[in-house]
Amino acid sequence: MITTFRLPIGDAVESGIEALTETFGWFFSFVRILFQGMYDSVEFVLLTPSFWIIIIVAALLGALARGPLFGLGTAVGFTLIVGVDQWDASMETLALVLVAAAIAILLSVPIGILAAKSRIASTVIKPILDVMQTMPAFVYLIPALILFRVGVVPGIVATIIFAMAPGVRLTELGIRRVDHEIVEAGQAFGSTPGRILRQIQLPLALPTIMAGINQVIMLSLSMVVIAGLVGAQGLGGQVVASLGRIDIALGFEAGLAVVIIAIFLDRVTASFGTGKGLFIIIRRRWAASAASAPTDVVPVKP
Amino acid sequence: MKRVRCVATVTNPDRNPQTSTPPDGGGVCQETVTDSIAVKVEHVYKVFGRRAADVVTRLERGETRDEVTPLGTAAVIDASFSVRAGEIFVVMGLSGSGKSTLIRMLNGLLPATSGTVTIGDDLITDISPARLREVRRRRVSMVFQHFALLPHRSVLDNVAYGLEIQGVARAERIERARETVALVGLDGWEDKLPDELSGGMKQRVGLARALATDTDVLLMDEAFSALDPLIRREMQEQLIRLQSSLGKTIIFITHDLNEAMFLGDRIAVMRDGRIVQVGTPEEILTDPANDYVEQFVHDVDRARVLTAASVMEPARAIVGPASGPRAALRLMRDQQTSAAFMTARDRTLLGAVRDWDALTLARNGGRDLETILDRDVTPVRSDTALSDLFVPAVESALPLPVVDENGRLVGVIPRVTLLAALGNVMPTEELAVIEQPPSVVADAITDFLEQPTSSAEEVAV
Repeated sequence: MITTFRLPIGDAVESGIEALTETFGWFFSFVRILFQGMYDSVEFVLLTPSFWIIIIVAALLGALARGPLFGLGTAVGFTLIVGVDQWDASMETLALVLVAAAIAILLSVPIGILAAKSRIASTVIKPILDVMQTMPAFVYLIPALILFRVGVVPGIVATIIFAMAPGVRLTELGIRRVDHEIVEAGQAFGSTPGRILRQIQLPLALPTIMAGINQVIMLSLSMVVIAGLVGAQGLGGQVVASLGRIDIALGFEAGLAVVIIAIFLDRVTASFGTGKGLFIIIRRRWAASAASAPTDVVPVKP
Repeated sequence: MKRVRCVATVTNPDRNPQTSTPPDGGGVCQETVTDSIAVKVEHVYKVFGRRAADVVTRLERGETRDEVTPLGTAAVIDASFSVRAGEIFVVMGLSGSGKSTLIRMLNGLLPATSGTVTIGDDLITDISPARLREVRRRRVSMVFQHFALLPHRSVLDNVAYGLEIQGVARAERIERARETVALVGLDGWEDKLPDELSGGMKQRVGLARALATDTDVLLMDEAFSALDPLIRREMQEQLIRLQSSLGKTIIFITHDLNEAMFLGDRIAVMRDGRIVQVGTPEEILTDPANDYVEQFVHDVDRARVLTAASVMEPARAIVGPASGPRAALRLMRDQQTSAAFMTARDRTLLGAVRDWDALTLARNGGRDLETILDRDVTPVRSDTALSDLFVPAVESALPLPVVDENGRLVGVIPRVTLLAALGNVMPTEELAVIEQPPSVVADAITDFLEQPTSSAEEVAV
């Protein structure tokens, strides 16, 4: 009967995951230890010093990126977090977001470059990105739990998968959008493809890539509650706990802390893409080093 | 070896001298044309589409571009030409004629579908990528329509870019870039970013970047098309000056016929992917290969292309220094002119003699024409453009005498000839070439000449 027949896709995936666990168990253990280690060190850095040191550093960063007013706002906002006693949870969340976003960026930018360089890679990568971004996060939390055990690591992995897509997409777009004539100029003067990438395509695509990085960070933050579900501490854990106890007060305070951190991270990283503040400093450095780096020839005194 | 371009006459130092030889054989420019070929293009095709090879086969069999369109777009069809070292070779055509595709095949930015391109000894169409990069670094550089400068680098670093790719050490390449920046007249702008410059200045940077690498061949893709007309004119003149001092081989793409005519030693006219004519500007203008070229050149500013040599008439009213007034009068009557030019034995122009003065001299019994010789006659050089002839033509009561570089009279240009040339009226026998109606009626001269003379007869020229 037609009603009794099902395509066994789900079963196939399940047995695939089981096979993975058996064969590549060592690999997943390695990833778990690596991610856990990264998270622990960032958390250590954020939580060891007294909270006011972190607030001052954050306020300075904000002031550099957006101006003194934003620096002041950052200080006020972060003090508010301390005031509602969400500081430790907030720093745990910040550590998770920073680690997950850093790994997502490290993966997505090279994949984006590959997609921009090769039409085939682009066609293969696009549907995978679609799946990663739209598949409900709970679905891959289950295998992540099996592979990485309860704790912060499955949260990081789920966050990376969910947040990577815009990094890849905007890197590809940025490189493809670089004025074709300028790339041709590089070729016409005999530049190698790698050098064109380094000296022309990446610097010119930088604003778009930075916009992608900003998106990666923001999407990472939106995953903290999901991460809380699988045992990561932090604000996500607080929200999950308040949900269990129907604790409106705790839920709101944790949510407020998420919003403050989100605004801080967004404004600081967005300033990279708009070419103001911090971005200019970083970019000047990059341009200067790109211009002088390839002198593999010993300079001759004129 | 490079050719010495015949630069600048005294009357108009900025004018591009057309390097053709006047039809009457009076050489204008002392050229040392080398026959060495810098760039050679043979039967080159470029077809975009999956079945490119099929399209080429069909085109070779004689099918038209439209017939093969379903299989692929033929951008360049059977292009062949050679560019001599030191020449400015202009490829001219409207948009879509395939000229930009053609220039990109010359340095391998686009691979040719079929045919061969040779630069120096290197067969660009069959070469390893590494060797191709080497050719691009050392032998052929390029200037782009929209400048294609690196926006995150200063003017100096942009100009030094090609040298950086060549592997020149930083100190040396900065030094050489500085020299090239000065060469294109941008001193003081070295540390600006491209966005801080005007269009004309940006293209000077583009030009400097290409010149700094010191390649023999320079490809210029619509290099001045994005500039406004005044700046464009300035850039064209600067290019001519640089070319005459540096002796580069330049292949210049443009859709502007006036620009092509101004810059080109030779011009290739392209239409629908094919080269329909290759020739000097004057050949294209005076002898268009087909209706298309003729239509195209219809609007060209002929005054800037044609030279005095190409429109001048043979000088008929010429007297020698030994002639007397009677001979001069007879000559002027027969030629129906009001004046005759006096030349020395080697045809060096000495001046002009007017009919009225000659008649008075003869009546008074004078013999020596030199006493009435008007030495204040300004000749024009035979390589002068028509546009520069108007002022002398207006100021002179006589037809303009045309001289070669040694001051020898090679022809005259009456005003009516100048007008006919501008209006593209082909000179015919019917067209009277008399400029100045005789101020003494012919009958008066005849009467005078028939009077018995008291003195000895003069020797006619």
